[in-house]
Amino acid sequence: MDAVIENLPTFLRGFGMTLGLLVLSGTAAFAVGSIVAAMRISPIASVRGFAAAYTEILRNTPLTLVLFFCAFILPYLGVRIDFFTLAVIGLTAYTSPFVAEAIRSGFNGVPIGQAEAARSIGMSFGQTLGLVVMPQAIRMVIPPLINVFIALTKNTSVAGAFFVKELFASAGDVINIRGDSVVAILLAVAFFYLLVTVTLGIIAARVEKKVAVLR
Amino acid sequence: MSVLYDAPGPITKRRERIGSIIGLVLIVVGLVALVLALAAPRVSANGAEQPGMFDPSRWDIFTDLALWRGVLDGVWGTLRMAGVAAVLAVLVGIAFSFGRTARSAFVRIPVLVILEFFRGMPVLLMMLFILLVFSTGAYPAGVLALGIYNGAIIGEALRAGIASLPRGQRESGLAIGLTPVQTRMLIEFPQAFRQMLPIIIAQLVVLLKDTSLAYVIGYPELLRKVVNQMSNFYGNRYFFSLFFLTLVIYLAINLSLSWLARYVARRSGPRMGKALPNTPKPPGIEGTRAITLPRPRNRTPD
Repeated sequence: MDAVIENLPTFLRGFGMTLGLLVLSGTAAFAVGSIVAAMRISPIASVRGFAAAYTEILRNTPLTLVLFFCAFILPYLGVRIDFFTLAVIGLTAYTSPFVAEAIRSGFNGVPIGQAEAARSIGMSFGQTLGLVVMPQAIRMVIPPLINVFIALTKNTSVAGAFFVKELFASAGDVINIRGDSVVAILLAVAFFYLLVTVTLGIIAARVEKKVAVLR
Repeated sequence: MSVLYDAPGPITKRRERIGSIIGLVLIVVGLVALVLALAAPRVSANGAEQPGMFDPSRWDIFTDLALWRGVLDGVWGTLRMAGVAAVLAVLVGIAFSFGRTARSAFVRIPVLVILEFFRGMPVLLMMLFILLVFSTGAYPAGVLALGIYNGAIIGEALRAGIASLPRGQRESGLAIGLTPVQTRMLIEFPQAFRQMLPIIIAQLVVLLKDTSLAYVIGYPELLRKVVNQMSNFYGNRYFFSLFFLTLVIYLAINLSLSWLARYVARRSGPRMGKALPNTPKPPGIEGTRAITLPRPRNRTPD
């Protein structure tokens, strides 16, 4: 236990780094994912195809490979960026298709009759989407989206293996100094992760209950 | 979503076709630019020029049989871990689902806490924990961590499956004189398992993908075996080519498994009906899910 207290600054620094990774790549993934989701319902076939291929390829590539690409292959090809930014790029690329799928399934989840009804009473495209479909879709999108961010929180740990000094890497550092209390150190790190994931999980459950619509 | 637009007339149709062609051209131009940039010879810091990424001198090792033996080794390492972990995950999942739905709160609540603990923590951390605390090798650590983590998720899925069964199933089981345990085993569990099969298979695809995390704890799976060990052996020149090969192999395995999972989901589809739009999300939707599957319809008692 004293090993944890002694090295609390290291853990907190790592935790800060983890939160930084989470917020930056979460925001970026949300932006990219929204664009990809919009591309997938676009009337232009080639754009749709591109978005589908992007989603399929990135979702079926292991995260380790994506981050390996960012941390080793990109510098090998002559890209000079620091590892933190590279990790953010990798996590964004990996998470964005999941965001896109969450958004897309939310929109697909709105029964077609809603849009039909809106159209048949003479609403325009903008009105149908803005007043009828969107408000219902957002309710259904938020819980799965939070789940994506929970997974992202856990996935940031992989960046620790690729030269980013976040929580997981700080655990390794502390274990190198205090090899005698591995259990306490790892449990402390797990606690920090649970702090984020369980909180997000509770929020997701709360939101889900609150926005549930009876149809 | 097409209901959102008016049916396209001839002008809109032409515009869409033109847009499609422009989009296609842009994508092709982007890809060609990428390939050309990769193929261009690169100048390193000391002014020495090296061949581009598609130069034959970077790919000539692929005629070497020893390389392919190494690749097979790597694939085997990955599949060996995924296979054992998958069996473990299903078993752990079944155990968790029983614990989670136990009648006694002394069982139910501790199981709930443990489940939340395992689900909320990175697999990588669990691998490291098992590796260091129980000082197993990298292989058992990877198998156990993947088995427990995915087992927790499968357990939640099975619990949701049991919970979604109509009450009458359990009641009629008890009414014909089965004990509560028999009812669970013979009536509820088989239905829940079948209903959740698509989610379980999807989670197993995720498990296969996650075996690559064992790279971090030093297990010689595909990535470590091919990219690290081979480029040490054949020279740094082949770094990119070997990575490319690894990526292709992973995509081939995962895409075919995802396709299989979808096929199974579709096969068991008619029995379960179409996905209800606003049913609660299945607990298996962690972000690492490889594929999207429709949630089976809760059968309503008639």
